[in-house]
Amino acid sequence: MDTSLLDISGAADERTFTANDYKGPTARWCPGCGDFSILATTRRLLELEQLAPEKTLFVSGIGCSSRFPHYLKTYGFHGIHGRALPLALGAKLRRPDLHVFVVMGDGDCTSIGAGHWIHAIRYNPNMTVLLLDNNIYGLTKKQTSPTTPVNYKTNTQPKGSYLNPLHPISVTLGVANASFVAQTADWIPAHLLATMRAAQQHKGLSFIRILQRCPKWTIDIFDAKVKTPDEMMILNHANGITDPKVQKMYKNQMEHDPSDLDAARALTGMTSHIPLGLFYKNEDAAIYNELRMNKSFTTEEKMANLEKEFDRYAV
Amino acid sequence: MSSSQSASSEDAQEVYEKVITGLGDKTYTDHSCEVVSDAGEGAQKCGQGFGALSAKMGNGAWTVEIIPAEIEPPPRTPGSTSGVGIRIGQDKITNAGDAVKLVIAFNEQVLLSRHRVNAMSDDCIILIDSKWRTHVNPKVVGEWEDAMKEMSTKNYKWILVPLEAETLKVVDNPKLGKNMFALGLLCHIYDRDVQIAKDQVAYTFRKKPPAVTEANHKLLEAGIAWAAENLDFRFLVPARPPTSELLVMNGNEAFGMGALAAGIDVCAMYPITPASSVSHYLADVYDNFGGMVHQAEDEIAAIGVALGSSYTGKTAMTITSGPGLALKGEFIGLALMIEMPLIIIDVQRGGPSTGLPTKVEQSDLLCVLYGQPGDGPKIVMAPSSIEECFHCIITARQIAETLRTCVFILSDANLATGQTPFERPKLDAKWMAGPPKQTSVPEGSRPYEWNLDTGISERFIPGQRGGEHTVTGLNHDESSRVNYEPATNQLGHAMRSRKIAVFAETLNAPIPYGGDEGDLLIVGWGSTRGAIEEAVDRARAKGLKASSLHLTFLSPLQPGIKEACDKFTKVMTVELNYSDASDDPHITPTNRRRGQLATLLRAQLLIDCGSWGKVHGAPLQPAVLLGIIEKYIPKA
Repeated sequence: MDTSLLDISGAADERTFTANDYKGPTARWCPGCGDFSILATTRRLLELEQLAPEKTLFVSGIGCSSRFPHYLKTYGFHGIHGRALPLALGAKLRRPDLHVFVVMGDGDCTSIGAGHWIHAIRYNPNMTVLLLDNNIYGLTKKQTSPTTPVNYKTNTQPKGSYLNPLHPISVTLGVANASFVAQTADWIPAHLLATMRAAQQHKGLSFIRILQRCPKWTIDIFDAKVKTPDEMMILNHANGITDPKVQKMYKNQMEHDPSDLDAARALTGMTSHIPLGLFYKNEDAAIYNELRMNKSFTTEEKMANLEKEFDRYAV
Repeated sequence: MSSSQSASSEDAQEVYEKVITGLGDKTYTDHSCEVVSDAGEGAQKCGQGFGALSAKMGNGAWTVEIIPAEIEPPPRTPGSTSGVGIRIGQDKITNAGDAVKLVIAFNEQVLLSRHRVNAMSDDCIILIDSKWRTHVNPKVVGEWEDAMKEMSTKNYKWILVPLEAETLKVVDNPKLGKNMFALGLLCHIYDRDVQIAKDQVAYTFRKKPPAVTEANHKLLEAGIAWAAENLDFRFLVPARPPTSELLVMNGNEAFGMGALAAGIDVCAMYPITPASSVSHYLADVYDNFGGMVHQAEDEIAAIGVALGSSYTGKTAMTITSGPGLALKGEFIGLALMIEMPLIIIDVQRGGPSTGLPTKVEQSDLLCVLYGQPGDGPKIVMAPSSIEECFHCIITARQIAETLRTCVFILSDANLATGQTPFERPKLDAKWMAGPPKQTSVPEGSRPYEWNLDTGISERFIPGQRGGEHTVTGLNHDESSRVNYEPATNQLGHAMRSRKIAVFAETLNAPIPYGGDEGDLLIVGWGSTRGAIEEAVDRARAKGLKASSLHLTFLSPLQPGIKEACDKFTKVMTVELNYSDASDDPHITPTNRRRGQLATLLRAQLLIDCGSWGKVHGAPLQPAVLLGIIEKYIPKA
């Protein structure tokens, strides 16, 4: 393992961090935006896990949700549209000491960056990926996204969107080497936090689709869901995500074994309810950044090895 | 056409009739030849082996690959041509040279493709497999006859060689043997050291079972013996024992080794010709250096991974060619905006679009300079030799880290696959400088604390306490906070531009080659240097006052270019990219589209330069350029 960049000061980190230690400048989302709840929950997660701010990296793409890193006091990389995952992979490849989070919107992840999404699932690097899915392009003002419901009127498809949406969970579960796939909602902070904690503790890429309210463009889609808790189906399992508060609050609950891939896939077809919880988990999936870690060498060793290379090519 | 045996496999025992050329043995300062076959028949192994063993003997050498764009195209078609051109000399050879004087062709169709691009000199000696002339299939014989008719416009000297028939005496599958028999022919013709040749063959097949080397040694010896028995000429290019230790490799291998010497941790790439082989080399050896090649899912991800890696304090590069460069544009803009060190190697090929994937062109200059939306000041350098391919990565890393910017390296298919010996580099531990510091950031310091005079600032790397900030492609202030104020946007632009100007002050003026005043100054960049300077030498030998100026940096331009140009009556750029000719139909001085360096020099330095550019997908030939020089310089 390459340890050249690890903190080797030897001093135990005696700092303790509160949620405030992760607080960045005031967020500039619209009032009522689900992103506020996700941001607050994230700070709570960082506090619970006591992640050192200088070792924590949030990478994002472009869109409302991708402003996320700016509003935290950790390292952040606000990238370009659809490309957060390659940046995050590059960051993690040689820096296993960093806690890497990726924040993307539905346009970012499932449209312009869809190729990277599929391959990141397959690479399965050790990081937490949050898809903040508000079913619409927000920052560019109400264009159809791949997750916009069919017949929903937008500025680019004013007669209603033409096609059925893709299901981010179903797509993710279709990719070889998927290792942690969960769904939650911004308006259920307890479930959100429990899901993010499980994700952060999982080794490999944890993919969380977060249903996210957009008060500006898709309020009608989410309002009904927020007001109708019975639409939710909480997935329970000893190896899944369980939170006593959530179990108390929601009427519809079912057992789902997250090691059962076929059952997980079947759940994505559920139309009667919206399943929330851990769809699938595979702790044995190969982790690309770990596979690619190799022995490190001193400058002297590298120079000696390069001289050997020269010998191979010597006249 | 000289008479010879019919050597179809049915009657391979027929006695060969020796061809009398009357040439005898003659000594040359340099000589060039080609070996061409159908793809998959191994002409490249033969030609590269011949170049390498000549270099090992102490000859100057330059090899240039002839590569089809497909892996195994239909055999016996001009498009199937695969091979190598080799030029060897008593002294250092800096370019592929002119039309070749000798060819070994495995069939007449691949030869035809070389004839059609004027690769062979008018008096070229052609050794060709005789089997096709008397083939049992009348269609083949017809194709042979048509080809001979087409090539009869030249005074080629033909020697029919029972290449396959002789090979079959040693091995069962001629496809896996003709090439080493051909190497034997070359070894006799050029009077090569047989032991060095055998060592080279052993090296070529080092990953195969010993029996393979044994069989190929037999083929080599059979080729030598056949040539000694049947040929009455030799081209002697005596080698001079090298005075310093030399390495021989192609430009892409030199990039790979340069990356190792420069301590590059990550090479992120997506397969693209002709850049990929940099990563092939690195992937093979990177484990011995703690580095990694990451083959990304696409060109965009490749630069994204490199950029993410650089952000976390690792040294990273990405390699690509034209189509990939186009895809990387948005990330390039981001890297420049956040001032992240990054090395981008563009091994240029023919464009636009898919263009000529395996062939040389210098058409990406303006795209690299201006190809991303918004203002993008950056460093662009172009190695002019394989040796410079090695050294420029070390320089590129230092510049990228000092200035916090992207450094582009423009190579091309000519350097990528050409092989030539160069002096063994003396390694310096400083080149491999270790990881950046992870100490705490002093309180109050900011991630873009620009020195207002130089535009340079010090970056914070994840892991550094107190340095937490978010880099962003949005306009930002010195604290990396998103900012839309006019003055802040103006300042950011000025700072990113200023550091390039500060860097320009550190550069030396390029020195004209051939004399610093005269009638014509040729300005070039990149891989054409050797050919241009050779043409200048020949012009000077004829009493013509021609010189050349070769630019290593294209952004920023080195100082002193205008002053150098002012001392010549005429200035002309020579580039392997498209330029309208001034006498083309419809072309006027105002609508003429000139070569890319010409456009740059005219725009930036107000140099009223001529522009010569060709997109033949072939290296520049000194003789062609000499003809241009003679046209440009008025007769005394």
